[in-house]
Amino acid sequence: MIDLILDIATWALLIAGSLLLLITGLGLLRLPDLYTRIHAGGMADTLATFLIFIGLALQSDDIFVTVKLLMVIVFVFFTSPTASYALAHGSFVAGLKPRLDGITPPETDDIEKDAL
Amino acid sequence: MFLLIAGALTVLTVRNLFVATMLLGIVSFIMALVFVSLDAVDVAFTEAAVGAGISTVLYIGTLALVGAQEKPGIKIAAGPLAICLAVGAVLFYATYQMPPYGKADNPVHTHVAPRYIDVSPTEIGVPNMVTSVLSSYRGYDTFGETTVVFTAAIGVLLILSQLRRRKEDEDEENPVRKGLRVSLTGLGSQHDLVPHVVSKLLIPFIFVFALYVQFHGDYGPGGGFQAGVIFAAGFILYALIFGLQYTQKVLSSVAVLYLLAAGVLLYGGVGIVGIIVGGNFLDYNVLSENPVSGQHLGILLIELGVGITVAAAMLAIFYAFAGRAEPVTQMPDQE
Repeated sequence: MIDLILDIATWALLIAGSLLLLITGLGLLRLPDLYTRIHAGGMADTLATFLIFIGLALQSDDIFVTVKLLMVIVFVFFTSPTASYALAHGSFVAGLKPRLDGITPPETDDIEKDAL
Repeated sequence: MFLLIAGALTVLTVRNLFVATMLLGIVSFIMALVFVSLDAVDVAFTEAAVGAGISTVLYIGTLALVGAQEKPGIKIAAGPLAICLAVGAVLFYATYQMPPYGKADNPVHTHVAPRYIDVSPTEIGVPNMVTSVLSSYRGYDTFGETTVVFTAAIGVLLILSQLRRRKEDEDEENPVRKGLRVSLTGLGSQHDLVPHVVSKLLIPFIFVFALYVQFHGDYGPGGGFQAGVIFAAGFILYALIFGLQYTQKVLSSVAVLYLLAAGVLLYGGVGIVGIIVGGNFLDYNVLSENPVSGQHLGILLIELGVGITVAAAMLAIFYAFAGRAEPVTQMPDQE
C-alpha cells in the first residue's frame, strides 16, 4: 500500500518537474530579452530540479542515497539562482540595459548583434 | 546520439565563439550521459567534470583575451578535406568488421578482463574494480596519463609566457579594446554581495567534496582525476569572485608549479620505492607486510599524486590565462 502511494507521488513529481522544464525551455526560446530569459531559466529550472529529485528520493530504499539526493537539492537551491544573479549582474555591468515597455535602449542592438 | 552529432556540427558552423564554447559544454555533458547509459560511471564523472566544467571555464578565459568573433572567410582546403573523408570512410567501414556490441565471447571480454574480475577482490581488495584496474593492474599507463597532464600544463605555460613577452612590446602602441576591460579580475568588486556570500558558503563544501571523491575512489566512482578537477574548480570559483590577487596569496603561481611536479614525482616515487624495497617498478605488493594492504597503500598514494598533478595543472593554466587580462581598478558604471 505504501509502495503504491510512493509510486504515485514519484510519478506526479516527475511529471510536474518535466512539465516545468518544458515550460522553461519554451520561455528561453520565446521571451524577448536577456533578462526575461534569465528569469525563466533560473527560477523554473531550480524548482523543476527540486521536484524531480524529491520524486527520485522517495523511490530509494537506501537512506544514504536519499540523503545524498537531498544534499544535491540543497546545493542546486543555492547555486542555480546565484548563477542567474551573476549572469544578470554581469550583463548589466557590461552595458546591456533591459528592454522596458517597448522602449529599446540603443546599446541593446549593438550587443545583441554581436551575440549572433 | 543525434543531439551529440547536431551539437558537434553546430560548434563547427556557428560564428560567435561564445556560443561555440557553450555548445562544447553541452556536447561534453551529453557524452557524459552516454557514458552513464553504457554503465561507465567513472568515465562519465571525469567527462562531466573536465569537459562540461573546467574546459568551459578555460575557454571563456581565453575568449576574454581574444574576443568572441571568429575571423570572417571560410577557406575550404580541398586536400585535407579529401584525406579526412577518406580516412573517416575507412574507419566507418572497419566498424562493420567489429564483433557485435556486448556479446559475451568478444575478445575484449575474454582476454584479460575475466582474470581481473575474478582475482581483483582477493588480490587487491578494493570494491571499485575500475580503480583497481586503473591504479594497480594498469598503473604504468596511469603514470603515463599523469605525465601527459603535466606536459600539457608545461606546454601551455611555455606558450603563454612567450606571448606575454611579445605582447608587452606592442602594448605601448595598441590601445586596449574596451571589451577587454571587463576582465576576470574586474569581478572582485565590493558590490557583488550575493555571489560573495554564496561562494563563501559553498567553497569549503567543494573542497570537502573533492577530498571525498579523492579518497572514496576505492569504493565508488571517483579517484584522482575527478578529485583534482573539483579541487581546481573550487580555487577557480574563489578567483572568479574575489579576485586573482587574493587567490594567489593562498596558492601562488610558484607553489602551483611545485605542486604540478610534486604529483608526478609522488607517483614515480612510489614506483622507485617499490624497486628499492625489492619488487618491480610500481609493484605495490612489497610496500607493506601484507600484499593486500600494500596494494591499498600504493593505490592511495598514486591517486593522491594524480589528484595533486591534475589540480595543479588546471590551476596553472587558469593562472596563466587570467593573469594576462588587464586588471581593472575601478568600474565607474557599477552601483
